[in-house]
Amino acid sequence: MKIAVCIKRVPDMEARFKIAGDGKSVDYTGLKFDMNDFDSWAVEAALQLKEKAGQGEVVIISLGPDAVQETIRKALSMGADRGVQLAAAEIPFDGFAIASALAAELKDGAYDLVFFGKQAPDSANGVVGIMVAELLGYAAVSSINKLELQGTSGTAERAIEGATEVVQFPLPAVLTVDEGLNQARYPSLKGIMAAKKKQIEQKPAQLGAATVSIQAMAMPPERAPGRILGEGAAAVPELVQLLQTEAKVI
Amino acid sequence: MANILAFAESRGGKLRKSALEAVTAARSIADARGGEVHAVLLGASGISGQAEALGRHGADTVIVVEHDGFANYNPEASSAFIADRLASGYDAAVFPATAQGRDLAPRVAARRGVGMASDVTDITVESDALVCTHPVNIGKVIARVRVSGTPAIVSVRPSAFTPVESPREVRVEPASPSGDPSASRVKVVELREGSAGKLDLGEAPIIVSGGRGLKSADNFKLVEDLADAFGNAAVGATRAVTDDGWRPHTEQIGQTGRTVSPRLYVAIGISGAIQHLAGMRTSGTIVAINKDKDAPIFRVADYGIIGDAIEIVPVLTEAVRKAKQS
Ligand SMILES: Cc1cc2nc3c(=O)[nH]c(=O)nc-3n(C[C@H](O)[C@H](O)[C@H](O)COP(=O)(O)OP(=O)(O)OC[C@H]3O[C@@H](n4cnc5c(N)ncnc54)[C@H](O)[C@@H]3O)c2cc1C
Ligand SMILES: Nc1ncnc2c1ncn2[C@@H]1O[C@H](COP(=O)(O)O)[C@@H](O)[C@H]1O
Repeated sequence: MKIAVCIKRVPDMEARFKIAGDGKSVDYTGLKFDMNDFDSWAVEAALQLKEKAGQGEVVIISLGPDAVQETIRKALSMGADRGVQLAAAEIPFDGFAIASALAAELKDGAYDLVFFGKQAPDSANGVVGIMVAELLGYAAVSSINKLELQGTSGTAERAIEGATEVVQFPLPAVLTVDEGLNQARYPSLKGIMAAKKKQIEQKPAQLGAATVSIQAMAMPPERAPGRILGEGAAAVPELVQLLQTEAKVI
Repeated sequence: MANILAFAESRGGKLRKSALEAVTAARSIADARGGEVHAVLLGASGISGQAEALGRHGADTVIVVEHDGFANYNPEASSAFIADRLASGYDAAVFPATAQGRDLAPRVAARRGVGMASDVTDITVESDALVCTHPVNIGKVIARVRVSGTPAIVSVRPSAFTPVESPREVRVEPASPSGDPSASRVKVVELREGSAGKLDLGEAPIIVSGGRGLKSADNFKLVEDLADAFGNAAVGATRAVTDDGWRPHTEQIGQTGRTVSPRLYVAIGISGAIQHLAGMRTSGTIVAINKDKDAPIFRVADYGIIGDAIEIVPVLTEAVRKAKQS
């Protein structure tokens, strides 16, 4: 079983963001970065499948500046076998440009499965995995929270509005991972030591032409300051009154 | 010709509200460009009966494919059909940013070899591009995204485009699928519906959410009772609660759960972590009930009550019931 996992290095979302001087990007200087959470569940899923099969290889791919090697190294310390950095000065916003470069790297890899996160929190696009599947001609299921393989096919579940879809697919396949599929393991000390010796290959990213770009950024409007109506059940009548007369939601 | 294609999502032979929202968004682009709206409606036999509602909301033509292979969502056959249609020359294609649309739109975009804008809340039409409003960094920053590919592909955030009636003589154009929809590799083999009659978080005008402050799964009964009292409300939860298995993950609101924007959001025993705010900060009115006066939720709440939820919520439920009756 040969599995690839595409991971994105993303800024810490708890940070206070500032728009950069160009007015169309965020100033990330001094912020912490880490692997996208959805991608850590994707790595976990790949490792579990390899462990269950008792053999195979898990390859981590990340596109971006040299700093992404640190993120790849984290996946290697979780237990992945080797990494590939597709080097680019920065990560473009256009998901198709990213997908084209990832697909170019994946296409001759003879992977049985390629995992992605459902979405990156910074771009909030949620498109790269599915686009790669189309470019490779692989079957794809997005946003899965349950997975079982049966030989050369699999069954996955995905949450849709008010229902669950049970989906069957053949291998090779692209799967994008939602929360709930698993809990990602923490790298062990042994894993961290082992990862130091694992190989990260660096290649230039063959980015596709971008047709989508950010032309401006702004902070969202602040919510007007609210009111504490009081303490305990005594405040309930005023609340209900306001919901009727001011907010007009009852 | 500057025609705009809209994907009309359906489930179980019925249009979803998201279909009308996509058609409404497409209508506004078409009006700015002087073109027509063509809605694509895919389903099992009988789905063409849903075309009229699309016409009422501004579709000039409804392209209908009736095939048993479309009884459930069929990602491969749907994307093949829409991508082939787009090849005949459209300016733009609008999808809903629902589970179905989020899966379908990037498939179509990749097949057409263009990028796309996801989950947009507003669209400005320029002569050579669509400029879309798209929240990034978990909603803490708002981006204006320029989509200059042909076609320009966008998915629109549920509830961001209120369906507007714009009736016209709708042409219904029966069409054949591209290839055999029954031969798709990826198959939805089962659709497990949630409890009947329960409103989905994306559609409910009111959401009552509970957090760890409720102390136990059993106490979520108080949240459900309040939702019942409102009548048109859905129940939401925080990750703390879904992690503990008190509620299913499908009810989680926030960064890694659902993003919602109801008219009223009631947060009960919820601290207001940034990852939770990411999913509900754009709600119309926010009410918070929390025993800690310094809880961050009070910074986004319009109305707050400090105190023990277990004591306050039943009183609120009763009061809402009375208010609804009068
Ligand atoms: C990558 C990442 C993604 C995440 N994604 C999400 C997400 O999608 N959604 C999400 O919700 N969280 C998410 N989280 C978790 C988030 O950081 C918080 O841990 C979580 O939202 C806290 O849930 P809570 O408010 O229920 O619990 P707590 O933070 O424990 O708050 C409980 C609150 O209840 C109050 N309380 C206690 N007793 C009572 C009482 N008797 N009456 C009234 N009030 C009472 C307390 O004062 C407190 O404010 C994410 C975290 C990370 C790191
Ligand atoms: N620069 C990147 N390098 C590797 N994988 C990426 C990159 N950007 C996005 N991805 C993958 O695509 C998923 C969805 O990203 P997005 O479409 O930007 O929301 C992420 O969770 C990753 O799995």
